[in-house]
Amino acid sequence: MLIKIPRHNDVLASEITPREIAISRRAFLQGLATAPLLASAWSAPALANEPASRLRLMAQRNAKYSVADKASSFTDATTYNNFYEFGTDKGDPALYAGSLKPRPWTIKIDGEVKKPLTLDIDALLKLAPLEERLYRLRCVEGWSMVIPWVGFPLSELIKRVEPTGNAKYVEFTTLADRAQMPGIRSRVLDWPYTEGLRMDEAAHPLTLLTVGMYGQVLPNQNGAPVRIIVPWKYGFKSAKSIVRIRFTETQPKTSWNVAAPDEYGFFSNVNPEVDHPRWSQATERRIGEDGFFTKKRKTLMFNGYPEVASLYTGMDLRKFY
Amino acid sequence: MRLHAARLIYLKRAVFVVALLPLLTYLWLTINHALGANPIEALTRASGDWTLYFLCLALAITPLRRITKQNWLQTLRRMLGLFVFFYSCLHLITFIWFDHFFDMSEIVRDVWKRPFITLGFTAFLLLIPLAITSTNAMQRRLGRHWAHLHRLVYAVSILALLHFWWMRSGKQNFGEPLLLTVIVFILLAARVASASQRWIQARTSLADSRDAESR
Repeated sequence: MLIKIPRHNDVLASEITPREIAISRRAFLQGLATAPLLASAWSAPALANEPASRLRLMAQRNAKYSVADKASSFTDATTYNNFYEFGTDKGDPALYAGSLKPRPWTIKIDGEVKKPLTLDIDALLKLAPLEERLYRLRCVEGWSMVIPWVGFPLSELIKRVEPTGNAKYVEFTTLADRAQMPGIRSRVLDWPYTEGLRMDEAAHPLTLLTVGMYGQVLPNQNGAPVRIIVPWKYGFKSAKSIVRIRFTETQPKTSWNVAAPDEYGFFSNVNPEVDHPRWSQATERRIGEDGFFTKKRKTLMFNGYPEVASLYTGMDLRKFY
Repeated sequence: MRLHAARLIYLKRAVFVVALLPLLTYLWLTINHALGANPIEALTRASGDWTLYFLCLALAITPLRRITKQNWLQTLRRMLGLFVFFYSCLHLITFIWFDHFFDMSEIVRDVWKRPFITLGFTAFLLLIPLAITSTNAMQRRLGRHWAHLHRLVYAVSILALLHFWWMRSGKQNFGEPLLLTVIVFILLAARVASASQRWIQARTSLADSRDAESR
């Protein structure tokens, strides 16, 4: 049996999305849009899980930044999501994200930088070599998964745009398009969804600009075509379907902090000692593993990424939650 | 329409079986791994939801009986009330078992520390005396105090709704709590309306009898 081990940068970004597939997919999606009956809940999951739409995006695993935990199943990772732009139920994104068009897609990088950029998603994919990292994902709601992401460190992008001395924070903005995102109609949050990091957090080698998972491009419900992954923070800090990255001098407003400041702080580091007002953060349920006959597992400080602790030396993490 | 006593027994049996359907459905879904990525969360939510649905049904009986003048409806009220208790027990079990895996000190701390759980737990405690005194014998023994005691269900309704609102406050997803609150509000308002109607009737008949005396 021949086992092909994908080499580092084995698949060029230009090979990732053959144009015909991208176009046929677009046509398919447009067809859905013009046939509202077909675009019902029945066809959407079929689309989300359709093999043809799963575009391979292989990259070599970076062992240095991968945990030893068992990866969650692809099904769990793609059917149990918080992505309010498609509805507040965790089953909604898988049902309704079929209407998102991840190509063509441009992402704007501006603010306090010397070289602002507006990049097409395919150009972004070529910006730096892609790698796979198996990260823990801890949701603020008390559950967790382990997901093999594909991307490159955000620091690579930061280097290219050359932040000015004023750049203290980075703000991420998610797409807010009523036509593609049915959840935008509800006023659960102020759209567009924005998130932010301090510069040193953004430049940390763990912070991954992510374009794929499980060896394929990001499924729509997981934040296609590009999202951020900050593994030592609660999941909501990792903004999905990003259209803009802005460098700022002042701390950006973040959606959940605006919506419920007592419950969600700017930092939102995974911290078993600081409870959410309505539940304990001391333990978590690993999806697919911790079932009916096991106790929930203990949540680790910084989600088990102690190397980030130095970013917060001298800070009272109870106050800056 | 009057229901024959024998038919009423069949009706009660049918209601009993239907009321068990949510439980059976969720058992079936659990066994078949059809509850999604987080079955434990699904069961916790379902048991809480069904407690509230049965609470609304139980509260609906009396106003419905008054409006339709179908007195046999009253015989369903006890069973529905006991199903409120039954599903609330299941909901409590999900909390004790799935959330804390029977760690009693942790459970006590959580109930005490988290207001939304404190509210839900208080509502459950208040249901216990109602379930215990639901038998005919207890009803006879308590006499008119029975009705007073069972007004606790109004406090239970309000606590349970607050528990639901608070649980949803993080996601600001208030559609269902709002709907249930409107339903409970209508059902409680119906009681206030009929109680004040009876009070007015009592006063007028009292006034009439006084008029008759003075004449």
